[in-house]
Amino acid sequence: MAAAYTYLDHNATSPMRPVVLDAMVEALKAGGNPSSVHRPGRAARARIDRARKQVAALVGALPGEVVFTSGGTEANNLAVRGQSRVLVSAIEHESVLKAAPDAERIPVDANGVIDLSALERMLAGRPALVSVMFANNETGVIQPIAEVVRLARDAGALVHCDAVQAAGKIPVDLHGLGIDYLSLSAHKLGGPTGVGALVVRDGAPFATDRVGGGQESYRRAGTENVAGIVGFGAAAEVSCDGRDVAALRDRIEGSLPGKVYGAAVPRLPNTTCISMSGVKAETQVMAFDLAGVAVSAGSACSSGKVTRSAVLTAMGVEPAEAETAIRISCGWNTVFEDIDRLIAAWQALYTRVTRSDIAPATRRAA
Amino acid sequence: MNASMNAIKQIRRNDQPIYLDYQATTPMDPRVLEAMLPYFTYKFGNPHSRSHSYGWEAEEGVEKARGQVAKLIGADEKEVIFTSGATESNNLAIRGVAEFYKDRKNHIVTTVTEHKCVLDTCRHLEQSGFEVTYLPVQKNGLIDLEVLRNAITDKTVVVSVMAVNNEIGVIQPLEEIGKICREKKTFFHTDAAQAAGKIPLDVEKMNVDLMSISGHKIYGPKGIGALYVRRKPRVRLVPLIVGGGQERGFRSGTLPTPLCVGLGEAAEICMKEMDGEAKRLKKLQERMLKGLQDKLTEIVVNGDLEHRIPGNLNISFAYVEGESLMMGIKGLSVSSGSACTSASLEPSYVLRALGVEEEMAHTSLRIGLGRFTTEQEVDTAVDELVRHVNKLRAMSPLWEMAQEGIDLKSIEWAAH
Repeated sequence: MAAAYTYLDHNATSPMRPVVLDAMVEALKAGGNPSSVHRPGRAARARIDRARKQVAALVGALPGEVVFTSGGTEANNLAVRGQSRVLVSAIEHESVLKAAPDAERIPVDANGVIDLSALERMLAGRPALVSVMFANNETGVIQPIAEVVRLARDAGALVHCDAVQAAGKIPVDLHGLGIDYLSLSAHKLGGPTGVGALVVRDGAPFATDRVGGGQESYRRAGTENVAGIVGFGAAAEVSCDGRDVAALRDRIEGSLPGKVYGAAVPRLPNTTCISMSGVKAETQVMAFDLAGVAVSAGSACSSGKVTRSAVLTAMGVEPAEAETAIRISCGWNTVFEDIDRLIAAWQALYTRVTRSDIAPATRRAA
Repeated sequence: MNASMNAIKQIRRNDQPIYLDYQATTPMDPRVLEAMLPYFTYKFGNPHSRSHSYGWEAEEGVEKARGQVAKLIGADEKEVIFTSGATESNNLAIRGVAEFYKDRKNHIVTTVTEHKCVLDTCRHLEQSGFEVTYLPVQKNGLIDLEVLRNAITDKTVVVSVMAVNNEIGVIQPLEEIGKICREKKTFFHTDAAQAAGKIPLDVEKMNVDLMSISGHKIYGPKGIGALYVRRKPRVRLVPLIVGGGQERGFRSGTLPTPLCVGLGEAAEICMKEMDGEAKRLKKLQERMLKGLQDKLTEIVVNGDLEHRIPGNLNISFAYVEGESLMMGIKGLSVSSGSACTSASLEPSYVLRALGVEEEMAHTSLRIGLGRFTTEQEVDTAVDELVRHVNKLRAMSPLWEMAQEGIDLKSIEWAAH
């Protein structure tokens, strides 16, 4: 089905998959408070238990290790807030950076990959919690988590990994990698907004800051968002559907002359962060919106403030150049027609603003 | 009424028990689900995306909902922030305000019958140096206003008193409490999870500074709630969840658009139908109580009957073991108290606070009536309750002794 409007902003939020909606509507109609002991309560509890297994399976964890939250932001807050010493990568999501305002920043290189030798030096001596994201939301660059864990383990440190953008797109294995805390968000993988999880490795220390009725084994109080959790489970089960999203991305990058950030290193198969020389990102996203294509100028979270990307700045990209980068992110319902519409819109804008007969590729070389 | 009848058909199949636990959670109104569905599917955008129409459309849905919630409580829409539920709202309100003003004030006043999430938040604050006064309640479950007045000091940062109790349904005198708080220059927070949409609430008239609301207690979805935060005079909070700075910095995280829309729609329906629904439920409540009282002796209603939402009854059935009764009435979904703690066998701390004796607290049932409860369901429930109470009493030696006129309190039980 070719949509009248092309949505290429899956890293902001991914439309819900139909199977997810079906599962949720059933749960919404069934109702029940999972803490109640009567039949409707027990049925709601059973639904949550099933979803817990599905989410655990997605990230190589045990069901008992999954703590459902209201989303990725809450999960990140739960993991890093109040820790005495935190080391974070310079490109973390704001929900990590603001939750650990005194954290020491681990630098990244020009490709957006964490500097492991810097991490090793920072770890020397004192214990800490290391928080490094699995894959970046703006560039899609995948971090060397196995090495981060190895260095942290050697230094007696714990590791939190924000896998909000990675889970469902590439394999994530909590126990295989030895991650202690892992944050997940349902709506980034075709599930609903308003639900996420912090996966806490069995045996890792954990103190909650949300108190009340003792839900989630005393790790997160509040009546469970049953339908949301059911939708999360259903999305987790089908998210690794084997579709070759990378082919879509490769067509974008093969057709457009802009600079692609992080192109030299492993990235998520769905994300392209690309610049259009001399054209501000806001201009681009507005022009593309008019042409029927939704993309973004970076992270969606900053509530309308259009600021220069902190991620690109950390990678050493010059401010003037960073202002010309947009994020294109594909997903489960993206088809080649969508990509072709984007490419046509991109080229039309590029030709218009450069007001020149010279082919874009030639200008870039110049 | 027609909408409701259709709704019942959708909500309850014949093989399901009669749902009488509306204080634990409410079935979602099909109209709410209908309002939510477009935001699950084609209006799926991230409401914080500013660069395309998907984002704007989602934002419109969220802002409309904010207005609907505000209207329900007489607030300005700028004063409403969305949270993941009333537990988060209560945590944020009390902890947020306490931490913001901690350099000047270090005292909190609350009551012994609050929801667990308020009590637990207060206990955590005690551990970090705050002083908390837990006000007792009277036999009817209501606080004594003079005791409240005397408890407030110039160090009191916030008074947190729930609007309606989740176990016994009693309505606290909010307007009077608000007046005292304003006089004494302390903030007034009220957990209105059980009150919103059921009784008229007006943050201006009641001088409320912070109010917690839950979606799934008002026929909306789970996983969404709201916190009213007064702007004039301004109440400031330290956020619980930080990040992208959504909700004016009070609460970060992508807003779940469909859930916000559902809460808004639920609030609007409650507001429109409140008067008629309250009258209808009052009749059902009376019918239920009369039905039980006509056929059973030695039953006691816990909590004030007059200052009470019509959708709640909390009844102790003397000489009957609560657990056995619960197990017996399989055709009814009721609870022995709060859902959060319903798996525990401890007697309710709310009933204990009213001075209900342990034996009587153990025999209590919370019966919640709501939008989809019918007369016929009430009658069936009465029959089933009467049948099982009589059956259990017939097996009870205590009942037999009581019938013979033996004062059970005078007996000294042998230790075992």
